[in-house]
Amino acid sequence: MRNPIFYGAGFPYRELQQMPGRLVVLEGSDGVGRSTQIKLLRRWLEDEGYAVSDTGLARSTLTQGGIDEAKRGHTLGPLTMSLFYAADFADRLENQIIPALQAGFVVLSDRYFYSVIARDCARGVDQEWARKLYGIALKPDLVLYLKASVPTLVSRLIHGRGLNYWEAGMDIHMADNLYDSFVNYQTKLNEIFDGLTSEYNFVPVDADRSVDLVFEELKGHIQEVLYNRQPKTKKPH
Amino acid sequence: MLKPNNTRGKLIVVEGIDGSGKSTQIDLLHKWLLSQGYSVYFSEWNSSMLVKSTTKAAKKAKSFTPTTFSILQCTDFADRWENSIYPLLKAGVIVLADRYAFTAFARDVARGVDPGWVRNMYSFAIQPDAALYFRVPLDIAVERITSARAKLKYYEAGMDLNLSENINESFKLFQGRILDEYDKMVDEFGLIKIDGTLQVKDQQRQVRNIIKKVLKDWEGLPNPNRVPITLKNPQAADKGKGGKK
Repeated sequence: MRNPIFYGAGFPYRELQQMPGRLVVLEGSDGVGRSTQIKLLRRWLEDEGYAVSDTGLARSTLTQGGIDEAKRGHTLGPLTMSLFYAADFADRLENQIIPALQAGFVVLSDRYFYSVIARDCARGVDQEWARKLYGIALKPDLVLYLKASVPTLVSRLIHGRGLNYWEAGMDIHMADNLYDSFVNYQTKLNEIFDGLTSEYNFVPVDADRSVDLVFEELKGHIQEVLYNRQPKTKKPH
Repeated sequence: MLKPNNTRGKLIVVEGIDGSGKSTQIDLLHKWLLSQGYSVYFSEWNSSMLVKSTTKAAKKAKSFTPTTFSILQCTDFADRWENSIYPLLKAGVIVLADRYAFTAFARDVARGVDPGWVRNMYSFAIQPDAALYFRVPLDIAVERITSARAKLKYYEAGMDLNLSENINESFKLFQGRILDEYDKMVDEFGLIKIDGTLQVKDQQRQVRNIIKKVLKDWEGLPNPNRVPITLKNPQAADKGKGGKK
């Protein structure tokens, strides 16, 4: 049992009890395999007897409609977009993540605010401003940074759901076509993520490897975080 | 801290609790400035079309927390900032704002968010050339609002804070907290206090004298036709041209 630790002031109007749960974040670019790994991790954790809750960027019901609508219109300025994501983040943190942690769940978060900061950084938004905005954020127990080279990302996306306008940074005109723009944008994001690694204690994981190898490594890191803790229904080996 | 105004334009804002009479005053000021031949743009708190649907749904569902409420209001402000206020200031327009960042600093802090956090969130905004704070005692403001309006709204009355089960009582307590926050900001942001209990025309005379000083020897964007600026909502404009699916 530990008291929650925030990056900044957190939610001063809320009295927070100790949280027996664990917050595990998977970060990394589009197409790096986060959702595949989260599916596998969830099944594994549940087999081990842990109650699991998963959440991801822009999944809040509060802001979903607004974000989708805005993306369709392409009229969002960088600050506006950044703040929309912050509202989504705050909503999920207060109404979903914190209650789950209080109830002893392992929360698997498909990205956290680091992705939003990286996106902001690529769009010229003031970094100090963005970092302080996320003073509301809870410090995770573990941040796994899935890192793959740009050719790997391209290959996975083209054979998967395809390249999209936003993931290619087309809104900031990095190139005149989707492919070059994607390559330029993701290269830049990778650099930004590398820069965030030590500041936010990311654990880098080589995601150029097969799904199975990546999964085994992720399991190892998560086991360390869970080590001191009894599972809800079953003892650890 | 807000940013210094390095644009060609002038930014004038009015602040005060509900029922302080600020909207009446800024409306008179707007008409007067137009009659003087200035280019003027008026922007109102919580008026971005982009954020409207989200805010409306969350208000209806009462699903706001003090933090999400605060961030969404800033999103609304940022949308107006990026699409109209800032570019128009750069162009040399007088921008009039009915409520500005100080509203958030007062209300959101009254709701319990961290004062430093909310000040950082709005730190991309410019310190106004004149920030007029219409101050009225709590009782008078509450009387004006409750007699003029059929029913107070949930968030307006601060019902989310559980100050009182009675909506009128809650409104009064909440407005009292906001008033305290405004008073604390007078020195911090150089708000110009105007006595909101005076006659409307006496207040307006004071307002015009203050603004005359702000505009002395200043030349902005010409307005040969003396008409107000109305920017079209970009999304609506797109639809009109038939350029979008």
